[in-house]
This record gives sequence, C-alpha cells and structure tokens, in this order.
Amino acid sequence: MKKPNINVEVHHVTRVEGHGNIYVNVKDGIIEKCEWNISEAPRFFEAMVAGRNWNELHHITSRICGICSIGHTLASLRATEAAMGIKISDQDLKLRKIALHAENLQSHILHLGFLVLPDLMGVGSVIPLASSNPEEVKTVLQLHRLANEMSNLLCGRTTHPQRLIPGGFSKIPSLKELKELKKKLQDSVPKLQAVAELFKSVAPKLPDFQRETEFIALTKPDEYALYDGDIASSDTGKAPASEYLAFTNEYIVPISTAKRAKHARESYMVGALARLNINFDRLSPLAKKTAGMFGL
Amino acid sequence: MKPKVAFFDFAGCEGDQLQVANLEEELLTLLGQVKVVSFREVMKEHSDNYDIAFIEGSCTRLQDEDRLKQIRKNAKIVVAIGSCATIGGINCIRNYKDLDEVRKTVYGENAKLFDTYAARPIDAVIPVDAYVHGCPIDKDEFLQVVKSLLLGKKPDIPTYPVCVECKKNENVCAFERGQFCVGPVTRAGCNSCCVNEGTVCWGCRGLVDNPNENAQKEVLIKNGLTVDDAIGKFRLYFGWQERKR
Repeated sequence: MKKPNINVEVHHVTRVEGHGNIYVNVKDGIIEKCEWNISEAPRFFEAMVAGRNWNELHHITSRICGICSIGHTLASLRATEAAMGIKISDQDLKLRKIALHAENLQSHILHLGFLVLPDLMGVGSVIPLASSNPEEVKTVLQLHRLANEMSNLLCGRTTHPQRLIPGGFSKIPSLKELKELKKKLQDSVPKLQAVAELFKSVAPKLPDFQRETEFIALTKPDEYALYDGDIASSDTGKAPASEYLAFTNEYIVPISTAKRAKHARESYMVGALARLNINFDRLSPLAKKTAGMFGL
Repeated sequence: MKPKVAFFDFAGCEGDQLQVANLEEELLTLLGQVKVVSFREVMKEHSDNYDIAFIEGSCTRLQDEDRLKQIRKNAKIVVAIGSCATIGGINCIRNYKDLDEVRKTVYGENAKLFDTYAARPIDAVIPVDAYVHGCPIDKDEFLQVVKSLLLGKKPDIPTYPVCVECKKNENVCAFERGQFCVGPVTRAGCNSCCVNEGTVCWGCRGLVDNPNENAQKEVLIKNGLTVDDAIGKFRLYFGWQERKR
C-alpha cells in the first residue's frame, strides 16, 4: 500500500467562535506536524479582574464570550458567592437554572442550525439554505428566537445578562410571564422534533470517528447537572467542585494564545457530549427518546 | 447591484456578531438588501471585494494593525460595532497596569511568547466612518445604522446622556438605590436598558460628546462617593477616552 502524503492548511476555521488554524503534514505515512493553533489576540481577563470590586467581576468575565455569556456570568457569580459565603434562595436557584437552559438552547440551536447544518447540506453557510430549504431555516430561526426570548425574560437581555447579580437577581419575571414561557416551550416540542428528524436524515454524512477520550462534566444524583454538582471524570470518578484545580491543570504551548488543560490523559473533552456520556441515565424521557433516534 | 458587506473581528467576545444572527427573520430581510461576502463566524466563503466592513473587537497587538489597514483599503465604508471596537471597551482596563506584569499574570514565565500593546478602539488605528455603540450592540440600532448607510445618510446617534432616557422610563435613580451609575456622562441610545433591569449604567456606549463633569461631581458629593469610586467605574469602559482627553 502506498504511504500517503497529506498537507492540510486551514487558516481560520470558519463557523466557530474564535480564531483557530489547523496544520497537518503527513509524509510517506508519517505525521510530521499536527497542530491546532489558536491565533486570536489574548484578552488577559485574569489581569483585568485583579483589583476590581466584587460586584463588577461577573460583568467583566461575561465578556469572555458573547455566545455563552450567561454561563460565564453564572460561573463568576458562584465563585464570588462561594468566596463571600453568600447563599441564594431556592427560587433564585431555579431561575438561574432556567436561565442557563435558555442559553444552552440558544447556543445549541445556533451550533446545529447555523454552524453544522451547512456542512451536512454541502453549502458554505446558512445563507443559501434560506432559499433552498426555507421551511427548515424558518424552524431553526423560530427556535433560536424562542431561546433568546427565554434568556431575555430571565436575564433582562439575551447577551451579557443584566439581572444576574451577586446574591441572586436584580429583577425577576412575573408568574404570568413564566407561565406564558412554559406554554411556548411546550408548544415548541414539535419544532424541536422536526429539527431532530432533519438531523437524523443527514447524520449519515458525519464522519465515523471514534477515539478513547476522557470526558469531564458536572454530575448530580437527582438531575441532569448543568449549573452545579460534583466534577465527574469518565477516567477517575467524582470529586467536589472545590477541587477544580486538580482537573483544570492549565498549561501553555507557544502556538496557542488559549491555554490548554489536561487531567488523566493528554487532553479531555467537556461540554454537551461529556455531559451526555456521564449523565445519560438522568436525561428526561423525551431527551432519552430523541437520543435513541441517533442510536445513542 | 447589492452592496457587498463583510464582518471582521479582533480582540472581543463576538457577541456583537451574535446580535446580527439574533435578527432572526429580519436577518433574511437584510440579506435581501446586501450581499454578505465574508463573515467567518457563520460562513465558509471569503472575498476581499466588499463595500462595507463591520469590525468588532479592539486592536491589542501591533501585528493586527496590518489586517486593519488592509480592511480600510478594501472597504468604502468602515463601521465599528460594539464597545471594544468603538471605544476600546473593557479591554482597556489593563492599559492602566504594567503590560509586562499583565502578561506574566496570565502566561507566567512564557509571557514573552505572547505580544500585546495597550488595547485601543479601531479608530486609533484606521479612520472609521460609522459607529454602532454598546456591549453588546442593540440589534435594532444596528439595523438603523445599516439602513442609513444604504441610503447614503449619516446614522443618527444620540449626543445626550443615558439619564435622559432613564428619566423618561421613570426608573428610580441608581444613586438613590445606593449604587454608582455612570449614566450621567454616558452616551444614550440604549434606552437605559441596564437600569431598567435593576442594575446600573456601566458606561458601555462611551462618554457622551460633552460630558457634564460638574453635574457628575455634584451627584458624587451628594451621595458621599469618593474619587476612587469614580475612577474605578470610569476605567471599566472609558479607559481609552479618558487617557486621550
């Protein structure tokens, strides 16, 4: 068999948040270079927050990422509250969890509909899909709008939330507003199912890729953890969140302005897939059924 | 022929480009009026042939200036979107610190591998024709600015402070709630969105053209606040503008 020569140079991966480049060189079947290079300018958040007031930190760290600003705000608030021994009410805890779900829905719909779907449909962006598949794009836009309405209702804004403050909320939605939201979410299930069907029809186009991976996610015995819980690793088991430094282990490589992290192996995976692998049995019945459609 | 537009980002969170995606159905209407030729966050294709360039983020490295100058050369109209691009935004917080220390805080002994200089808005490097202020930008204001540009008009940006809108909205003054607000000197146009939600104006739209410093001082004295409080709040978003003044 002829040994392959491969030369891949992707300068700016597109349809992702942030600037990254991929370089792969294979000569006569031997990998000479395989780099994931993060070239975007460093922001220096660790230095920005030093010396600032405790009630500004979440406002600053929210700006780490506009797409997941609710997550960054809540992480900062939890750190501030843990440091100062502030307890939030059960009601505020529930509202924060709903706010985080709102962002997850927004970011996952954006990811699936705007960022992934064009590849599976063989086009460069969602723009041509608007004329070739108008119904599907409309469904994605409606769900994205609903997720944004949900963020807006909980956080007072869709990006860089305002109502989330140390100790709880600066303003909360009315019961009537929450009930209306609940109805809209229940009514959106057929649309979500339509998106699942659409992805099922194009899923065979995804490359069949598997590798041994360490997954790390939050975990709780009685819910599908997103906001709080213990840290769980698929390799080493559970530990309290206060021991997070034992899991992050940040280190620096010259080709990346973003730091890297490792735990039991050279790298690990966090996020949706890690949560699914670690907490699968705690998914809701509908989510489990949908996962079943994809053989998960 | 439809005008060709492109989106670019420098040091920032990409939250302003997200507001463009958040236009939802109106985005489709907008796409009927313009042709997007480059938008890394949502499309694979790229072309250097464009009429309007929207730039998000601050310039924080000497090496990024060439890219900005090339964009200026290619575009007829350059629009800065979001606080990082219009006024430097929170990136400028670190300008008040020793930048070598700043680099060491994050990268330790590897600090020298990662270049940086004082964070600055886009118009500190290249001329900018229009601004969409805010952190993040307001998607309706973005549409208004785009409409104005397509009609060949100068976008109408308020030259009065946030307090004007806040009073109209009948909010209880943040100072009366015991908080510190920079609404008296911040450019309006946000409809006092943060104070409406029970927090304060943080200053993300930048200093208004002729800030009434005496009025702000009076408010500070009346509420028993100190110069240190004021400096801290002003340096959250006004860092570049304050240093220039």
